[in-house]
Amino acid sequence: MTDFNNSHKEPNYLEYRGKYKGILGWITSTDHKRIGLLYFYSMMFFFLAGVVMGLLMKYELISPGEQIMGAQTYNGLFTLHGLTMIFLFVIPGVAAVFGNFFLPILIGAKDVSFPRLNLMSWYLYIIGAIVVLISQFIGDGPPDTGWTFYAPYSLKTNTNVVAAVTGAFILGFSSILTGLNFIVTMHRLRAPGMGWLRMPLFGWALYGTGWIQLLATPVVGITFLMVIAERLLGIGFFDPAIGGDPILYQHLFWIYSHPAVYIMILPAMGAITEIIPTFARKTIFGYTAIVISSMAIAFVGYFVWGHHMFTSGMSSTSRWVFSLLTFLVAIPSAIKVFNWTATLYKSSINLQTPFYWAIAFVFVFMIGGFSGLVLGSLATDIHVHDTAFVVAHFHYIVFGGTGFAFFGALHYWFPKMFAKVYNFKVANIGLIVFFIGFNMLYFPMFYLGLMGMPRRYYDYLPMFHSANILSTVGSWIMATGLLIIIINLIRARKGSGKEIDDPWDGKTLEWTIPSPPIVENFEQIPEVKHGPYEY
Amino acid sequence: METMTHQHHADAHRDDTASKIGMWLFIFTEILLFGGLFIVYSVYRHMNPVAFHLAHEELSITMGFINTIILLVSSATVAISISAIQKNDRKLTLLMLGITLLLALTFLVNKYFEWGGKFEHGMYPGSELMKNLSNGDMLFFSLYFFMTGLHGVHIIVGMVLLGITLYKVKTGAVNSGRYALLENSGLYWHLVDLIWIFLFPLFYLIH
Amino acid sequence: MENEKHHIVPYLTHIMVLLGLIVLTVITVLITSVELGAYNTTAALIIASLKGAVVLLYFMHLKFDHKIYWVMVSIVIAIFAAVIMVTFFDYLYR
Repeated sequence: MTDFNNSHKEPNYLEYRGKYKGILGWITSTDHKRIGLLYFYSMMFFFLAGVVMGLLMKYELISPGEQIMGAQTYNGLFTLHGLTMIFLFVIPGVAAVFGNFFLPILIGAKDVSFPRLNLMSWYLYIIGAIVVLISQFIGDGPPDTGWTFYAPYSLKTNTNVVAAVTGAFILGFSSILTGLNFIVTMHRLRAPGMGWLRMPLFGWALYGTGWIQLLATPVVGITFLMVIAERLLGIGFFDPAIGGDPILYQHLFWIYSHPAVYIMILPAMGAITEIIPTFARKTIFGYTAIVISSMAIAFVGYFVWGHHMFTSGMSSTSRWVFSLLTFLVAIPSAIKVFNWTATLYKSSINLQTPFYWAIAFVFVFMIGGFSGLVLGSLATDIHVHDTAFVVAHFHYIVFGGTGFAFFGALHYWFPKMFAKVYNFKVANIGLIVFFIGFNMLYFPMFYLGLMGMPRRYYDYLPMFHSANILSTVGSWIMATGLLIIIINLIRARKGSGKEIDDPWDGKTLEWTIPSPPIVENFEQIPEVKHGPYEY
Repeated sequence: METMTHQHHADAHRDDTASKIGMWLFIFTEILLFGGLFIVYSVYRHMNPVAFHLAHEELSITMGFINTIILLVSSATVAISISAIQKNDRKLTLLMLGITLLLALTFLVNKYFEWGGKFEHGMYPGSELMKNLSNGDMLFFSLYFFMTGLHGVHIIVGMVLLGITLYKVKTGAVNSGRYALLENSGLYWHLVDLIWIFLFPLFYLIH
Repeated sequence: MENEKHHIVPYLTHIMVLLGLIVLTVITVLITSVELGAYNTTAALIIASLKGAVVLLYFMHLKFDHKIYWVMVSIVIAIFAAVIMVTFFDYLYR
C-alpha cells in the first residue's frame, strides 16, 4: 500500500513546506497532524511543570512541620498543580493530541471538517494557558482556592482569582471548539463504506467526548463569569451574606467538572480499545457493547455530579439520588473492562510496550474505580471526603487512567507519527520503574485518608509520617521512571520500512499508509469494505 | 441517514451541511451557557419568591413587551431574507436583512434607556443602593443585569454576523447558490430571540 | 446540494408564524396579569416553550430539515431539563 507511484513522491507532513518556513510554518498550519503535535509539545511542557509542582508538594509532605514552604505557598501550589494538570493536560489530553492526529486518518479523511477552527482551538489553548500563568505573578499573588474555586472564599480571597478563571474560561472555549470539530468530522467525513458501526472505537470515544465538551463546558464557563462579575462588579450570586447559596456554586461547578472527568477518560479508554485488539491479534469483543457503553457513560455522567458534594449541605434526597446514579454510571465502565478482558481470552498476544501500558492501565484504573465505590456510597464518603483517600482515588483514575493511556497511545502510534523506533527494552524498564513509583506514591494515600489525614494541608500529625515517607519516595521513583521513558523516546532512532509503517500488524486505516503520513493522509480516499480490527 | 454520509460538494473544500451542523452545535453550547443562568434564576426564585415578585414590579412590562415584539419581528425578517435569497430575490434579501439590523439596534437602544433609567435611580452593579438591597432583591437585580447584559452582548455578536452577511449579499459573495453564511447567521439570530422569549416572562411577568 | 436545502419556506408562512408568536406573547402578558398563584409560572413557561418550539420548527427550519437536527435539539433540551430537575432534588427537599 506504500509507494506505488515513485515518480512524484508527495511530501510527508513533517517535511512539507507551505507558505511559511520553520516554526512559523508549524504554528500557522491547519494540518490536523501538525496541530496534534503542537498540542503534544505544549502539553508535555505543562505536564512536566505540573510534575515538578507535585514533586515539590510531596517533598513538603515528607515530614510533619515545614520543610521548604509554608501554608500559603502550598495552597498556591496545589491550586496551580490542579489547574495545570486538569485544564492543560488531561482535559485536552488524549483527544487533542491523538484525536487530532488520528481521527481523520482512522475514518479515511484528509483532515477535520474545520481545519482553521482546529488551529484556533490550539491558539485559545495557548492563550488560556498564558493567562493562567499570568495569574501566578501579577497583583496579589497566585490563587489559593484550589482548582475548584469554591465560593464564598473565591469571592473574598485577595489572590488573583479573576485572572485564573478567565484563563480557564478561554481554555473552555478551546475544548468546546475541538469537540464541535470532531463531531462534525465524524458526521461528514467518514470514507465511503464506513458506516457508523464500522468506525474504529477511538472514533466513538471521541464522539461521546465531543458531546460532553459541547454541553458541559458552557456551564462552568458561565459560573466562572459569575464569579468574575461578583468579584469585579459587586453583584451577588454566591455570597451568603447577600442571600446567595455557596452550594449552588458547587452544583454549577460540578455540573461541568464531573462530566469533565469523562472528557478525560473516554478518549483514554478509546485509545486502549485500539491497542488491545492489535496486540491480541483478535477483533475487539463486543464492538456494539463498547459503543453503547461509551454513549451511556457520556449520558449518565451528566447526572452524578452531586457525589462531590455529599458533605456540603445538600438535601438528603438529592444525596441518595446522586449516590444511586453514581453506582449506575460505574456499570458501563465495568462493561468496557469485561470487553477488554474478553478480547484477550484465547487470543494470540504480542507482548510489546504499548500492550504493557494497556494492561497497566486496566490495573490502575480498576483500583481507582473500586475506590470510587467507597466515595460513591454515602456512609463511607462522610469518612473519607476531603482526605488523602480522595487524592489517591482521582490520581489512580485520572493519572492512572488518562496518563497511562496517553503514554500507551504515544508508544503505540510513535512510529507512525515520527517515523522513528524507540528502544523497546528501555521503554519497558521505564514503564516498570514508573509503575512501581506510581503505586508507591498513591497507594499509601488510601491508607492515610482512611486514617484521617486531610487533603490540601501542608502539614499533618506525626501518626501519618511513615506512610508519607513511602509516598514521597514513591514520587521520586515515579519521576525517575518518567525520565527514562521520555529520554528513551527523545533518543528514538530513525526507522524505515515496516518497522515504522506497520510495526504491530494493525488493522485500522492508519497502518495502511506510510510513516510519516503525507499531508493529505491518503493518496486516494479508501473504500472501506469491513469493520475495524478484522483479524 | 444516507444524505448525511455522502459528500456532495460544490467544490472540494466547501461543505455547507458541515457548517450548518457546526452552527447548531455552537447553538447548543449557547443554550447550556444561558441554561446555567436559568438554573441560578430558578433556584433563587424558589428560595426568595416574595422578594422576586416585588422586585419584578420595578421593571416595565411595556418595555419588555415591545422588545419582545421587536425581536420576534426581526426573526421573521431574517427568515424571510433566507427564502428571498433562495428565490434569488437579492433586493428583498437586502431589505429584510437591513430591517433585521435596524430592529436589533432599536432593541439595544431600548435596553439603553431601560438600564439608564435604573442607573439614574442609583441601581447599577456595584452601586451603594444595590449593595444595600435585601437578599432577594439583590439576587434578582444581579441576575437581571447579568442575564440581560449577556443577552445584549449576544445581540451585538448577532448584529456583526448579520452585518457581514449583508455586505456579502451586496457583493454577491452570498447568493442563491451559496448562502450558508446567511442561513447560519440566521440560526444564531433566532437563538438570540429564543433566549429573550424565556427572559421576558421570567423577569418581567411572572409573579 | 442535499434535498433539505431546496425546500423554500413561503413568505406567507413566516408572516403567519410571526402573527402566531405575537398572539402568544399577548396571551402571556394577559395570563400573568391574572392572579393564578403557582400556575402563573407554569402557564408563562408553557407558552414560552410553545413559542420556542414554533421558532425552532419554522424559523430555524427544523420542520423541514433532516430528522437528525430535531433529534439533537431534543436530546440537548432533555439533558438540560434533567439537569435542572436533578438540581432541584436538593432545593425542594432542604
